[in-house]
Amino acid sequence: MSATAHAHVDDHAHDDHGHHHKETFVTKYIFSQDHKMIAKQYFITGILIMGFIGIAMSLLFRMQLAWPGESSIFFEALLGKWAPEGVMDADVYLALVTMHGTIMVFFVLTAGLSGTFSNLLIPLQIGARDMASGFLNMISYWMFFVSCVIMVISLFVEAGPAAAGWTIYPPLSALPMAQPGSGLGMTLWLVSMAIFIASSLLGSLNYIVTVLNLRTKGMTMTRLPLTIWAFFVTAVIGVISFPVLLSAALLLIMDRSFGTSFFLSDIFIQGEVLHYQGGSPVLFEHLFWFLGHPEVYIVILPAMGIVSEVMAVNARKPIFGYRAMIASILAIAFLSTIVWGHHMFISGMNPFLGSVFTFTTLLIAIPSAVKAFNWITTLWKGNLQLNPGMLFSIGMVSTFITGGLTGIILGDSTLDINVHDTYFVVAHFHLVMGISALYGMFAGVYHWFPKMFQGRMMNKNLGYAHFWITAIGSYGVFFPMHFVGMAGVPRRYYQNTAFPMFDELTDVQVLMTVFAIITAMAQLFFVFNFVRSIFYGKRGPQNPWKATTLEWTTPTEHIHGNWPGAIPEVHRWAYDYSKVDENDEYIIAGQDYVPQTLPLFDGEEELQH
Amino acid sequence: MTTLLTLAVLVLVAIAIWQMTKIFELSQLRTDNSEVANDKDNKNNGYLMFAFLIFIYGITIFSFAKYGKMLLPEAASEHGSDYDTLMLISMVIIFIVQIITQALLHYFAFKYRGEKGKRALFYADNNRLEFIWTIIPVIVLAGLILYGLYTWTNITDINDEDDPLIVELYAQQFNWTARYGGADNTLGSANVRMIDIDKANVLGLDESDSYADDDVIVKELHLPVGRKINFKMRSQDVLHSAYMPHFRAQMNCVPGMITEFSFTPIYTTEEMRQKPEIVDKVERTNKVRAEKAAETGEVVDPWEFDYLLLCNKICGKSHYNMQMKIIVETEEEYNEWMASQQTFKSTMTASAQ
Repeated sequence: MSATAHAHVDDHAHDDHGHHHKETFVTKYIFSQDHKMIAKQYFITGILIMGFIGIAMSLLFRMQLAWPGESSIFFEALLGKWAPEGVMDADVYLALVTMHGTIMVFFVLTAGLSGTFSNLLIPLQIGARDMASGFLNMISYWMFFVSCVIMVISLFVEAGPAAAGWTIYPPLSALPMAQPGSGLGMTLWLVSMAIFIASSLLGSLNYIVTVLNLRTKGMTMTRLPLTIWAFFVTAVIGVISFPVLLSAALLLIMDRSFGTSFFLSDIFIQGEVLHYQGGSPVLFEHLFWFLGHPEVYIVILPAMGIVSEVMAVNARKPIFGYRAMIASILAIAFLSTIVWGHHMFISGMNPFLGSVFTFTTLLIAIPSAVKAFNWITTLWKGNLQLNPGMLFSIGMVSTFITGGLTGIILGDSTLDINVHDTYFVVAHFHLVMGISALYGMFAGVYHWFPKMFQGRMMNKNLGYAHFWITAIGSYGVFFPMHFVGMAGVPRRYYQNTAFPMFDELTDVQVLMTVFAIITAMAQLFFVFNFVRSIFYGKRGPQNPWKATTLEWTTPTEHIHGNWPGAIPEVHRWAYDYSKVDENDEYIIAGQDYVPQTLPLFDGEEELQH
Repeated sequence: MTTLLTLAVLVLVAIAIWQMTKIFELSQLRTDNSEVANDKDNKNNGYLMFAFLIFIYGITIFSFAKYGKMLLPEAASEHGSDYDTLMLISMVIIFIVQIITQALLHYFAFKYRGEKGKRALFYADNNRLEFIWTIIPVIVLAGLILYGLYTWTNITDINDEDDPLIVELYAQQFNWTARYGGADNTLGSANVRMIDIDKANVLGLDESDSYADDDVIVKELHLPVGRKINFKMRSQDVLHSAYMPHFRAQMNCVPGMITEFSFTPIYTTEEMRQKPEIVDKVERTNKVRAEKAAETGEVVDPWEFDYLLLCNKICGKSHYNMQMKIIVETEEEYNEWMASQQTFKSTMTASAQ
């Protein structure tokens, strides 16, 4: 609504704050309703701050795994009383693992990634003044902020934060006598997640409505850049699955606080029988994974969209198989909602269900394979501009393949029996969704930084250093980890010293930890580059990567409403790179791309529609 | 160790900062100081892409050479060989795909690195190609799914044919208990509400159930070789998972329900210890342990191979040390051991007196 209002006002071509209201510091930087500012707020809160906490935690527990039971000044300094004499406590180890998972999956890769790029790119790439509801968008961010604050506060409570694993399976998460983290820490976790879910729903509904209703004239669904398709479908999956997590969280809150028995039954702990009767932890697993599995696609789909776009721009070629890419996004989204049971093959669920879920799970490999092959073909005979964003896009395809292939093993109920909950799983999902999604995020930041910060660009050499160290480090951490898993080492073990059969694997743990530390340090390059470029980054041209999409037709200076005059009209799809006419000349002489805003030329064929 | 680590990290940070400033300065000096990749960047990174392909192959070969031998030994259960075959087939397929796709990806990134004036090919679609790479995964996956489901159905078909031995695995924070059905091979009914710590009825057996009388409760799992074992799993507090990696067996233990798994052990512990790969592993491991002992001054016993039951579902503070030894032995040895155990009834009478 506000967007249409601005449409009329902006025709007067005022300065960027020439509206009915005067922008103050508070309305511009804090309670902003402008999608570009909200995107930056999401980035800084979700990715820079929460990402820093999440990655730092992983370093702490990786050090414990490599040098089990050894004293460290880092533990002493950061964990305080939870690391008596510098030796990490076993409960704290579980808390770190839990909070690392929670923060990375939900806060960094769901809210951080979607929040940043959906907000930044949806209005800019579809040709809209802003989100459908700027106000809801602002509420969505601030609820996310509150949930971050609560989650961070939970790190400081007396008995420690939630420690039952990021999947918080009851009864462990429901009973404070089962572990200290299941007291106030878990309560805060649940409260934080409930607010997070509300925030995510508001955001998603806004994205969906915006994409459906506010596309500019000529921007049909099949002319949308793949980024928008990915964000759109991601939002749809979020709306379908997040409410189920909310119900799981609410029922768990009731079991914990009001004595109901949804998930609990027949429990004897610390010398007494509890009253719970008739509930089932397996029910919780179903509810959790009904969100939890789509969730990993909520994480990876935006990254896929970003990679498709960045790769096409930098390859100076159309994305190969545009329609197949859309179809595979839709297929992945559909299948993602009917595969959750593959996390539960050995949960005690009926084995027949296991068969069904094996079938649906392995089906997902097909659209995924199509995507991978289409990306590879997009590179073929391109004129690859190896900018940092492009390197991360290629890196993402590489880790997505490496990590995705082992999904064939984990998705097979038979093979899952022996690798379930081992390091094999940890290696698989970190490569396929963790690292891949982070690469997608990095690709997006390097690529759209000029759109976020008034035409300033990030330093490319720091970007190259960042990419290559990260690329080597990620494989260095997660490739050997498959072997640890296939040696039978279970995940979430504080140390493996209780099992002599794992003694010879300590070396591998050290190797992985060293790679992890180096890789994490390389992220400081990125942070440094990012912060420095905000203030001192070189200003590039309006369209630095020579892209066809609409966001590069906006002025480099941010204005409320995005375009100073009328919203541009769209006449072609987003991928007219290196298109030639019948004389084998570029459509526009001397320019290898045709912006979406240009009408078809005489005799030009609109291909692929 | 810690100081070493601290130093290493500090040095790394210092190097990082130094490198950053240096790179930053270098980038300022360049005449062509645009932040968009130029021909030189494309060339450098193109070559690095090719080098990265070699790195991926290298780390694969390195991992196999160095860690390949550390993987779990040959399966010690009847269904385990099917499992291992399916795993091998899947792995071979995965590695073929991995080697080819990574090669294409990185080679293209190298081969088609950008140059000024070069022209990319406008190539937006090819239905035949896309059909091919849709149908190939379909066929391969169909094969894998069918084979997998066939094996899965066999493994999870838990029945009473072939006179299986019935064993209960009972999980609690943070240890395992096993219960045998005794002479009648039938477990007495049980529920956590009947636990009576004072009378040492720790598994909550129904004392009035005559099937429970001859039940045998132990802390070390003994299994006769070659006989099918039907496990019934219970948990008294939180989720646990009974993971017996050498037998390719795992099932969660869920409070409030009884879960099941079944397998037939095919090698006794003694036979397993004789296998060359186990002999090698024991030798390697004891070398590592001896080195560690020398380093720390602690006394570390040499290790001998044993089958183990591990907890593989996060269950609290001592999750990392929740284990039970499994001994697979001949029928005679098993019977002998069983005969020396006390029945539930006799322990109850003993504690009542």
